[in-house]
Order: sequence, then C-alpha cells, then structure tokens
Amino acid sequence: MSDLETQVLIIGGGATGTGLARDLALRGVQCILVEMEDINAGASGGNHGLLHSGARYVSNDPISAQECRLEANLLRQLAPECIEDTGGLFVAVEGDDENYIADFPLLCSKYGIPVQEISRDEAFEREPGISEKLIAAYLTEDGAIDPFKLSLENLAQAQSLGSTFLQHVKVIGFEMGKNRIEAVHVLNAESGQERLIKIDQVVNASGAWAAEIAALANIPINILYSKGSLLVSAYRLSQRVINRLRPPSDGDILVPGGTVSILGTTSVRVDLLDDVRPTIPEVDLIVDELGEVVPGLREARYVRAYSGVRPLIQSQEAGDDRAVSRGFAVFDHTHDGLENFTTITGGKLTTYRLMAEKVADLVCEKLGVSSPCLTLTEPFPSAKKGKWTEPGLSSRVWLKEHASRKPILCECEMIPENVIDDIVGNIRKENITPSLKAVAARSRMGKGLCQGTVCGTRVTSYLYEQGIFHSDQGLANIKEFLDERWKGERTILWGEQLIQTGFKEALYCGLLDLEL
Amino acid sequence: MSNSDPLKCDLLVIGRGMAGMASALFAVNRGLSTVQVGMTGEIVFASGLLDLMGVHPIEEKKVWQDPWAAIDSVVGDLPGHPYAHLTQDDIRASFDEVLSFLEKEGLTYCREENYNSRMINPLGKTKTTYCVPGSMWGGVKALQKKSPCLIAGFRGLGDFSARQIVETLQHQWSDLRAAQIPFPDTDHVNELFTGDILAQSLELSINRKKLIESLRKHREDAEVIGLPAVLGMHHVGEIISEMEEEIGVPVFEIPTPPVSVPGLRLNDAFVRGLSAKGVKHFPQSQVVKVHREKAEEFVAIIGHKPAQHTILTKGIILASGRFWGRGLYADRHRIRETIFDLPVYQPENRDKWHADDLLDPGGHPVNQAGVETDHLFRPLDSSGKPLFRTLFAAGSILAHQDWMRMKCGSGVAITSAYGAVKASLQLE
Repeated sequence: MSDLETQVLIIGGGATGTGLARDLALRGVQCILVEMEDINAGASGGNHGLLHSGARYVSNDPISAQECRLEANLLRQLAPECIEDTGGLFVAVEGDDENYIADFPLLCSKYGIPVQEISRDEAFEREPGISEKLIAAYLTEDGAIDPFKLSLENLAQAQSLGSTFLQHVKVIGFEMGKNRIEAVHVLNAESGQERLIKIDQVVNASGAWAAEIAALANIPINILYSKGSLLVSAYRLSQRVINRLRPPSDGDILVPGGTVSILGTTSVRVDLLDDVRPTIPEVDLIVDELGEVVPGLREARYVRAYSGVRPLIQSQEAGDDRAVSRGFAVFDHTHDGLENFTTITGGKLTTYRLMAEKVADLVCEKLGVSSPCLTLTEPFPSAKKGKWTEPGLSSRVWLKEHASRKPILCECEMIPENVIDDIVGNIRKENITPSLKAVAARSRMGKGLCQGTVCGTRVTSYLYEQGIFHSDQGLANIKEFLDERWKGERTILWGEQLIQTGFKEALYCGLLDLEL
Repeated sequence: MSNSDPLKCDLLVIGRGMAGMASALFAVNRGLSTVQVGMTGEIVFASGLLDLMGVHPIEEKKVWQDPWAAIDSVVGDLPGHPYAHLTQDDIRASFDEVLSFLEKEGLTYCREENYNSRMINPLGKTKTTYCVPGSMWGGVKALQKKSPCLIAGFRGLGDFSARQIVETLQHQWSDLRAAQIPFPDTDHVNELFTGDILAQSLELSINRKKLIESLRKHREDAEVIGLPAVLGMHHVGEIISEMEEEIGVPVFEIPTPPVSVPGLRLNDAFVRGLSAKGVKHFPQSQVVKVHREKAEEFVAIIGHKPAQHTILTKGIILASGRFWGRGLYADRHRIRETIFDLPVYQPENRDKWHADDLLDPGGHPVNQAGVETDHLFRPLDSSGKPLFRTLFAAGSILAHQDWMRMKCGSGVAITSAYGAVKASLQLE
C-alpha cells in the first residue's frame, strides 16, 4: 500500500468535482480528484447539455431560475468554446394551460430573465418543424453546452496547476481521528491496488452517490434518485433549444448539439444506482410528448438513448419529483461531528461553477486560505483534451489539415488515425490502460449512425498494428465497447436504425462469432 | 423506358440475396421462365463462407462438428425452423446444385461433405462453417495442421490486421507470424482502401509481381501464407495458383469485414450465370405492388415511372430478406412484411424484441421474427392456411431461425429456395 498526501481530496469527477478542482487550483490549493468510473459518468454526462436561461424554472423554482440566468451569462463569457449559443424558443400548443402561458412573461420579467414574444409566422420561419397547433411562442436565451468538454477543460487546468486526477479509483473507507477524517482508503478498480490518501479536507462531490459516500463516515444524507432519460436523433432537428411552454413535465425539451438533437427528459424515481438504463416506455413517452410540439420527431431516426440520475435533496417523501427544487446543497459535516468533511450535491449543469465556488469558499475557510475565487473572472484555457468530444469538430479539423491527412478510422464522425494517436497518448498520460471504451469516452468514436459497427473493428485493428493491443485483448475490448453502445441502442431500434443494427449483428455474430 | 406490354413468366423471384439467387437458379434449371427483381442483396456483404448449421442451442453455445446431426437436433427442438420442411436429400441436392453452378462460373468451393470445417476470421477467432471458397481452403488445412504460417496484411486495408489475428490465435497456433506490407504502388496514398479496389488492382500482373516479390522476402520459414481476401476480383483461382508457383508455398485467403470481395465474386457469378441461363433481371428495382387478376396469376408492378414494368406470373418466391433486405420493416409498434403485408410472427411488443446485452447468448427474439409457412414454403394466414396457392417464401424472411447465431444463413437461403421451387413444380 503506497501512501499519498493532499490538501483536499475531491470525490467525484463530474462537473462539480472537476469544477471544484479548477477553482481550488486557481486559489493555489492542491487537490487529488478521485473518480470511480470515467469523467462525467453520472448525471454530468447523462443530461441534455442544456445551458438554461432560467425560463424553465420561473414558475416553481425562482432561486434556480435566477442562478441559471447569472451563471449562463458568466459561462458564455468565460467558456465560449464549450457553448453553442443557439438561443431558445418556448412554445405552447393547443391544449396547453393558458394561465401558465399568460403568467410566463410576467414571471420572467419579475426575475430578470429576458423573453420576447413572437408571432406564429415568425416562429415557423425560425423553426419550420414546429406544430401547426402552435398557440404561443417566446424567444429566450437558452443554449447548448458540451458537458464533457467542460469537465475535461476544468480538469486539464487543475492538472496544469499541480492537481492530480485518479480515474477508476473508488473510495472504500475513511480513517477516522478525533472529530475529523485523517485519511481515505481508495481502491483502483483496474489494478486492484489499494491506497491510503492522507488529507486535510475531504469534499464529497459524488452527485447521486453522495449518500453512499457520506454513509462511509456514518453520516446520513437524504437524497432522492430521479432517473431522467434522453434520446439522441440521427440529425439535428432544430436550430434553437425548444422548450414546451408548460409546467416542467416529461418530454419537454429539444436541444441541438452540433450535428444531432437531444430530446428529453423523463423523471422516474429509482432506488438503486446500478445499471440505470432508459426503458422503452420512457422512449415512447418522450417521442409522443415532444411529437406534439415538433411532429417530425415521430418519424425521425434515433441513434441512442441514455439516462442520468438526478440527486434531489428532499425531506418529504411524497409528491412529484419535478416539484422538488433543482437547487443545490452544501453540507458542512462539522455539524455532524466531522470538521473536515463537506458534501455538495443537487444542482444543475448550468450552475456547476457556482456550486464549486460555494464549496471552495467553505473549504478555503477551513484551510485558512484567503485567496479569492477566480472562476468568476478567469476564462478557460482552451485545453486540447476536451476537443474531440465536440460533434463535427474532427471533420472540420480533418478538412483543415487535409495536407497532412491520415486515413479515417471512424467514417461516421471522421476520426483519422492521428486523432486516435492523440487520444491514446493522453490516456497513457493519465496512467490508464488504453481501451476502446476509453478512446470512445474521449472522442466521437462510435457515436454516429453505425454506432460502432465499422470503427469497432477498424480501431481495434489499428491499435494492434500500433502495438497497443496484445494477445486476445481485442476481443474483450470490442465486447466492452459494443456493450456500452448497446445500452444506448436497445430502446430506439425500429425503422432504419433496426436495419443498421442488423448489419452490426450480421458482422459481429454472423461472421466474427464474437458471441461464442 | 416505359413498357406497357406485360411480361409473362412462370416464376417471379423477389430478392437478390443468396435466397433469391438460389431460387432463380433452381427455377431456370428446371425449365421455368424466371424473372428476378430486387435491390442488390446482402450477398455483396457475404464473407464467402457458406454456413449450413453450426450452433444449437444458441444459449448453450453448442458448436456442432456434424451439420446433419445439428439439423436433426434443431428440427427436433424447433419444429418451426425452415429445415423442418426439408429432407436431408433435398438439402444435399440443393447444395450440390449450387456448388456445381458456382464451379462452372469459376468459383470453386471446398467442403468435407459430412462435416463442418473451421476457418480463421479477422478477429482471430476460428469460425465453424460448411463450404469454404477454394481460395480459403488452404487456411482450413493450415489451421488443422497448425503449419508454420505467415499472415500478411496490407497497410491501408483498415479492417484487417495480421498482427491482431496472430496475437489472438497464438495460444492455439504457436507457429504463426504476422507481417504488414505495403500494397504495391500505394506508398503515396494516405487513405484506407476497401478490398474491392485492391482486388481489381491484383487483376494486373504487374501488381501481382510486386506483391509476390514482397511476400518472398517475408516468407522465411513459413510453409503457408494467409492474406486478406482481395486476391483478384474475377480470376482468384488463377491468381492464387500463380502466387503459389512463384512463392513456392500454398497461399490462402482470409475473409474480411465488408466490403467483402468474396461476396462480390459470389454476386458476379450468380448474375453472370443466371443471365446466361435466361433469367430475366430487373436489377436495382423494387416491387411496388402485387395483385391478383385471375386465380392462378399475379400481376406485379416493378419500379417507378417512367421505368415501370408489369409482370404476369404464375407463381412468386418472396426472398426479400429480413430487416436488412427490407423484406420486413418495423415501426415503433410492430413488424410488417413490406410487399404483401403477410402475417409476421413476432414478439408481442418492442420491449421483447431485444435482450439487454447485444451478445446475449440466447440472441434477440426479433431475429426469430418472420413469415411462417407450410411444408411447401407457402406463407400462412392467421388461421394457418396458405394465403395463396403459388406464393412461396425463402431465405432470411422465414420465421423461427436466427441465422446469425445458429450459423445457418446460406443453408436456410439455399435449401428453402430449393424447397420453394420444388413445391411450385409440384403444384403446377
């Protein structure tokens, strides 16, 4: 067992954890960030990628609404490379609650959230796909944000300032002292190696897993798990973020993300965090509900569905999860008898920076560090690591770098050999064993129409030829990679995408016998 | 081109995959005037290996060395499997007829008549199959004997890594070595090639000379050389003979993921041979509508205006494939047959179409969906009676078989085509 030491141990590599690592690093505080799976493996990856204007929350959660407005404006200035400023459109169709529609502009103006009513004609001109049954339309300032790029950039800057990231490392216990945690036991899931990390402060930023981590220190936290599922279409279906103008409900939001669109969500209470997957009734509900606003969605082709679990902080057990605040909570466990342990949970992607700031303020106070928060003013250095997750980017770069071009390995997303080399190099720097799954998590590989059919064999062959894969590792790698794709495919297989899957199975089972 | 005079024939074959090609062959060999229509089938994606029956029960992953025993076993357990409608004599006769046709068209196939053979695939696994292209047979032998062998891949053929095959097979075949060599005259090209381009270029002797030169250098102590299946498009037999003579050791091909040259060779052989036998082809056109004018006659409308044709036929073999061939189409709620709207055997709802894991040993119930038939391969109505006296179905559109897991794709295609043609003659 080798020992490590750090000022602050952050548990959880989602938007909050990586954002906190950056915030602390900018204040000169050194940290170790441990993540049991991969970057954004939880709710930070399983969401719409929506930069909220706040308009969605004006009726039931005005605090969140105002936080969203302020934070979204900050991120536009400081992290423009993570954002596509599409603008939003709130639309109501026949049958939607007219009182809600009437109150909406008033509430927006009350909380300082800009909206502008537009005519039916203008709405159709801006978004030709919306339903003829349109009865009200408002322009808003919603946008799209790439959560993977955001977290990778946060992490990259924290690392450049001396912080450490340990991936596939799970917290398994705390070494208790008097009124404090002295050290943290962690287990590397890949190597099986256990380590003890001596710490000054521990921050539990593990999102939906916050209660499980707190329980290791015998501290109860009451969290509700609300699963939300989303669909990814094969093509981009709108220019703007389209929101159903009604009290927040299932299947309300269509967010463009580069070359695709993301439809969601649902809200289903779950008890367990293991193996959270979308279901067919959820997928059908989203298509049917959003189909009322954009009828073409009923005929559209989808490539994936995925789910995230929202950690909702709540004392009462009854009622609709949509009515629970989407705000966040910082728990200073001094009150529970542990002076150097803090939990941050709840909240939204749009407000991740604010959440990190609040918890960093508390941790710095405990450490006696007086440096101010710099994430309010310091723009992101555009780190290279995040860039290959951006839809359409690798094709643009490939075209630009045409002169020195390399063969394309993933044709759907135009990923050439040198991008794979680049990603494998970065994975190795992170001390992780290169795998197809890890390459896919850091790029658009397998995310196009064929969902890994062609690039699965091709990238594997390439990694063998480069001497990165040995023995029969390729088989396990392809299985793991295809399994990961399948989780997202299973519920959206009809029409053209079912035909596509037929090709995948004919190749991998019919010819390659991978199932045997 | 517009054609208002209807074309008359004995049999219309809908589909250009293996089942459609085999149907047309059996029909024309028996003197039926035959028209074939459809989009290019999955046959161009085919590996070239012809499976008969390899795995059953799939959830036990039981691989059979004896395909005939496997057929008895699957028919015993799954009475709806297409093989249940055929005798062993029919199955043997149908393969004999197809193989002798392909031989005449320049595509030699090899097999152990009573046994399956094992062939290496591009993942480095060994695949159980029945008929192996002559160009690959050396690989079956080399794998059996574990002969000292060089596997060579080409830089730029992205789906094939010799090193991958060797690394993966090493534990069972120690005398295996990999080399990656540049394909002749491609040093300046920085793109991935597809197999068909390489195969065309090896039709030129100057390119073959260069390849042979390069393989000689890499041969060392290898007693046999394996290469991706790109050794010529039209003259694979001659090309391999020439290479073996010049290099001095047997040379064999290994199947590749699509674009699959052996699949293109099969397609070419069928198209060429069937045309010569007088099958009338309407390539790249679809059946728009079929109706019946008289009791014993179907009227089929082919293609779209202005290139539309009307065909009057006594019988039809529906070999339009499953989802991939678009013989079946699924919306969010149910699976339909696309031309006649035939009843389709299917799981009760979409939630039951697919298992939770792609590689679930039991396979996906949606892959057992399809058209149910009587013993004469005639699709049944909901009461279990044949819908039409002379409408037959063949190939992957048939229900109760998962050809991808059972390894019976070509077998079901060829034998059900044989059964359907035989039945149509019987009913005449």
